[in-house]
Amino acid sequence: MATAFQKVYTTISQITKATCSLKAKGVGYDELATINGKLAQVVKIMGDEVTLQVFEGTGGIPTNAEVVFLGKSPSLKVSDQLAGRFFNAYGQPIDGGPEIEGKEVEIGGPSVNPVRRRQPSELIATGIAGIDLNNTLVSGQKIPFFADPDQPFNEVMAMVAMRAKADKIILGGMGMTNDDYYFFRNTFSNAGALDRIISFINTTEDPAVERLLVPDMALTAAEYFAVEKNEKVLVLLTDMTSYADSLAIVSNRMDQIPSKDSMPGSLYSDLAKIYEKAVQFPESVGGGSITIIAVTTLSGGDITHAVPDNTGYITEGQLYLRRDSDVGKVVVDPFRSLSRLKQLVAGKKTRKDHSQVMNAAIRLYADAANAKTKLENGFDLTDYDNRCLDFAKDYAGQLLAIDVNLNTEEMLDVTWGLFRKYFRLEEVNIKKEFTDIYWK
Amino acid sequence: MTKGTVSGVIANMVTLRVDGAVSQGEICYIETGGDRLMAEVIKVLGQDVYVQVFESTRGLKVGAKAEFTGHMLEIQLGPGMLSKNYDGLQNDLDKMEGVFLRRGQYTEPLDNERLWDFAPLAKVGDKVQGSDWLGQVIENSQPLKIMVPFQLKGTATVKSIAAAGQYKIHDVVAVLTDEEGNEVKVDMVQHWPVKFAMTNYKEKPRPFKLLETGVRTIDTMNPIVEGGTGFIPGPFGTGKTVLQHAISKQAEADIVIIAACGERANEVVEIFTEFPELVDPHTGRKLMERTIIIANTSNMPVAAREASVYTAMTMAEYYRSMGLRVLLMADSTSRWAQALREMSNRMEELPGPDAFPMDLGALISNFYGRAGYVYLNNGEVGSITFLGTVSPAGGNLKEPVTENTKKVARCFYALEQDRADKKRYPAVNPIDSYSKYLEYPEFAEYIKGHINEAWIPKVLDLKTRMLRGKEIAEQINILGDDGVPVEYHVTFWKSEVIDFVILQQDAFDEVDAVTPLSRQEEILDLVTAICEKEYEFDTFQDVVDYFKRLINVCKQMNYSAYRSEQYNEYVAQIKEMIK
Repeated sequence: MATAFQKVYTTISQITKATCSLKAKGVGYDELATINGKLAQVVKIMGDEVTLQVFEGTGGIPTNAEVVFLGKSPSLKVSDQLAGRFFNAYGQPIDGGPEIEGKEVEIGGPSVNPVRRRQPSELIATGIAGIDLNNTLVSGQKIPFFADPDQPFNEVMAMVAMRAKADKIILGGMGMTNDDYYFFRNTFSNAGALDRIISFINTTEDPAVERLLVPDMALTAAEYFAVEKNEKVLVLLTDMTSYADSLAIVSNRMDQIPSKDSMPGSLYSDLAKIYEKAVQFPESVGGGSITIIAVTTLSGGDITHAVPDNTGYITEGQLYLRRDSDVGKVVVDPFRSLSRLKQLVAGKKTRKDHSQVMNAAIRLYADAANAKTKLENGFDLTDYDNRCLDFAKDYAGQLLAIDVNLNTEEMLDVTWGLFRKYFRLEEVNIKKEFTDIYWK
Repeated sequence: MTKGTVSGVIANMVTLRVDGAVSQGEICYIETGGDRLMAEVIKVLGQDVYVQVFESTRGLKVGAKAEFTGHMLEIQLGPGMLSKNYDGLQNDLDKMEGVFLRRGQYTEPLDNERLWDFAPLAKVGDKVQGSDWLGQVIENSQPLKIMVPFQLKGTATVKSIAAAGQYKIHDVVAVLTDEEGNEVKVDMVQHWPVKFAMTNYKEKPRPFKLLETGVRTIDTMNPIVEGGTGFIPGPFGTGKTVLQHAISKQAEADIVIIAACGERANEVVEIFTEFPELVDPHTGRKLMERTIIIANTSNMPVAAREASVYTAMTMAEYYRSMGLRVLLMADSTSRWAQALREMSNRMEELPGPDAFPMDLGALISNFYGRAGYVYLNNGEVGSITFLGTVSPAGGNLKEPVTENTKKVARCFYALEQDRADKKRYPAVNPIDSYSKYLEYPEFAEYIKGHINEAWIPKVLDLKTRMLRGKEIAEQINILGDDGVPVEYHVTFWKSEVIDFVILQQDAFDEVDAVTPLSRQEEILDLVTAICEKEYEFDTFQDVVDYFKRLINVCKQMNYSAYRSEQYNEYVAQIKEMIK
C-alpha cells in the first residue's frame, strides 16, 4: 500500500493486545494507518508519540513492523453500485464481486442540523399487531429489539424488513454468527429483494474490534441513498451489544476508568452518535429518510445493564419479544414495548379510535395478568377475572402472535370484536365518541 | 493575545503548549484544515494547557496553531432571542448552511440589522447601577428592558439617553458617566460568562406563588411555585419528555427556555413543529413567541452539551433581571453530568462514585441555586422556575445525579416504571413524590388568598388516602379479595378514584391535556366528596362494580370541555351517584 511519497516508520515502542505506539510526526487524529498491512487508527497523540488501535488485533506484529499513515480516516466509496452487495467491516466486498467505484466519503460524518429535520409522520406497516397496533413504527425512527440471545429477533427483524416498504435495506451485522449471516442472505434472496439490500458483515469469526466500523459504514451508505437519492432507507443493526462490548475492550486497553458494567464513560455518546443518524428529511431536501431497527441482546432479560439502559434513553422506544404461555407463540410484549413516535401516526394516519382501542386492550390484558397471579396464589377468580383471562388468550392468539399478518383497520376491528365478546361497555373505558360507532 | 501549539490529542481533549498567560475557562480557537475549532481551558500545568474542544477533532495534528481570546465562554444577551433555536454555544441553528452541521461554523446569535422600537425609561441625570433599566423594546409582545451593563461598578449618572424611536441592537441608546468620570456607551447587548451566576438583585426570598401548569398531579398534588426548583427522575419510557413538554406548553410563564441537553433530536423537532402552531393558554399568542430552544442533542459534541445548560440559565437570568417570569427546563441533567464524566475521565482524574467527578454534587447545587424568585433593585420582581429531568442509570434512584439533585431541588416528581407499564400517565408516583412548598407558610398564605383555605387540607387528605390505598392493595394481594373486610375494598377504590380522576391525565387529548386551576378546584371538591362519603356494600364485587362505573363517568367528565352541557351532565351524574 505504501507509495513513494509516504514515510514508512519501522520502530514500534509499545504493543498491547489492541494497540501499538510509535514515534511519528504530522499525524492527524482519527487517521488510518497500516501496520504490516493490518489496518489501524490513531486514537491518541501525545507529543510525537502516536497510539494506534489495530482493528484485527496485534498478534504477530513485530516491533520493527512497517507503519504507513494513510492521511485519511476510515471511509467508504459510495455510489449506486453498493446495492445488492456484501461487504466486510472495512467496506471491502466479500461476495466475490468487483470493487465499488464512487465518491469516497469519510464514515462517522457530521450530524444533521436539528432544524433541518422534519417531524417523522409516515407509518411503516409490518402487519404485526404487536407493532402496528400497539407500537406503531414511523419512518425516521430508531428502535431496538431488546431480546435474550435465544429469542428469534433476527427472524422478526428480517420479517419486518421484508414487509416494510423501504427503497433500500442496509444490514449491519456485528459479531453475527455465520449461521445468522446465511439466514439473512437466504431470506433476502428468497424474497427476490437482493437488489435492495446492502450488507456490512462482521461475523464471530472476524476480529471483535473491527465491528466498531460496521454501524458507521452502514449509516454512511444510508446517508448516501437518503440524501443524494432521496430514498427511504431502513438500516438493521444487529447486535449492538456486541458493538458495545468492543468499545469496552478498546477503552480497557487504553487504561480508561470504566463506568457502570465495565463500559466506557462515553457509552451514551457513542451509541447516540449512531442512533441519531436516523432522520426524516423535509421535502425541501428531497424527503428521504433513515430508519434504524436494531437489536440489543440482554443477559437474562436485564435491562438495567449499561448497554440496554443507555440505549433506552437514546432510541425512540424498544420492542420486547416474549413467548406467550397461553398460545405457545412468540408475541411482541405489549407491556414493556414502546414506540415513542406512535402518537405521530396513531389516530392521524390510522383510524381515529386507534389509541383508545390500543390502550383499552392493553389495560384489559394487564388485568388478565393480575388475574393469573391471583390464580397462581390460590385465590378465587371473579367473573371479570375469568373474562379477562379468556380475552387475553384470544388477544394473544388473534393479534399479538408474530405470525399474524393484518392491516391496522383489521386489527382494530378484531379488537372491538373481542371487547364485545367479553366485556360490558363501561368496562372498556373508551370515549363515547368511538363506542357510538364501533360498539355494535 | 496568548498563542498556543497543539501537543497532544485524545478525542476532544487537546493539550496545547502556550507562550503566555491563560486563564481557567478561557476560550481559544484551534486552526485545522481551514476550520477554526472552539475550545475551553479546563486545566493548566505550567506551559501545558488542557482544553476541551467543542467540535470533532478528526484530522487535528500536533503543531496546529491556537489563539486565545482573553475571555471565558460568554453569550450575547439582547432583543431578538425569542423564538430562536440555538445550539449549546448560542449559535443560531437556522442561520447555519446545509443539512449537516459543519465543523467550525459559528453564527451570530442576534440580528444586527433589525430595528427595534425603543422607549426610554430613564432620564438624563438619573443615578443608575448595573442592571438598572434604561429603556424598553417590545419583542413578541414581551416588554424587554435595556439595562445598564451588568459589569458596571458603583453608581453612574445618565449623561444622555436616546429619544423614543427605532434603533439597531448595536446603536448607542444611552451614555453614562461612571464614578471615575469615564463615559460608558450603552447599546442593547450585554455579554455574560455563562458559568457565573448573575446576582444583580436585592433579595431572593422564599418563593410562594403557585405556578399553574395545568397538570393535575403537579398543581393539585405537588405544586411548584414561581421561582421554585423541581426535578423529574425516571427510567426511560416513563414519560419524562411528554411531561416536560406539557409543562412548557401550559405553564403560566412569560418566557420559556428549553435546554435539550444530550437528548433526542426528534424531540426538539417536535417543539419546532408544534410550538409555532400551539397557543399559549394564558395569553392566546403562539407558544413559539415566548420560547427559546437550546438544542444540543445527543449526537452533537459533548463539551457543548455541558455548556448548553449554562447558556440556558444565563439567558433565564437575563430575562429575570427585566422582571419577567421565566420557566427553564433542562432535559436531561444526567447527560450534562455524563459530559462532565467523559472529560474527567480523559483528564485521568481520580473518579468519585460511578466514575463521576468528585465535585458533581457541588456543580449541581450551584446550578439549581441560580434559579429563584427575586426582588430587583428597583423593587420589581422576577423569577426563574427551574425543572430538570434526571435519567437515572438502570432506573435506580440511588445513583449520584439523582441523589445530589434531591439535596437541592424542592419538588420531586418520581416517574415510576410500574405506573408507566400500567399506562397510568403521567407516571408520577403519588407516594414518593413531594413538593416542599406545600409546607411553606408563605405558600399556604398565598393559596388562602388566591384559591381557598380548604385547598391544602384537602390535598393532604387525598395524599393520606393514596397511602392507605396502597397499603390495602398490598394486603389484598397477600390475603385475597375475600381475606379482607369489604370496607377495605371501599378504601382502596377511593384511592383509585383519586388516581384515575386527578392523577391520570391524557396528555394527547385536547381537553384533558390541560386543566385550568378553577377546573382543578372543582375536581378536587368532587373527588373529596366521593372520598368522604360513607358507602354500604354487601360484597367486594359490588364495590368494584360501583366504583368502576363511577370512575368511567368521571373520566368522561375529564374528556368534556369545561362547563359544557356534556360536562354538566356528567357532574350531575356523579353527584347523583354519591347522593
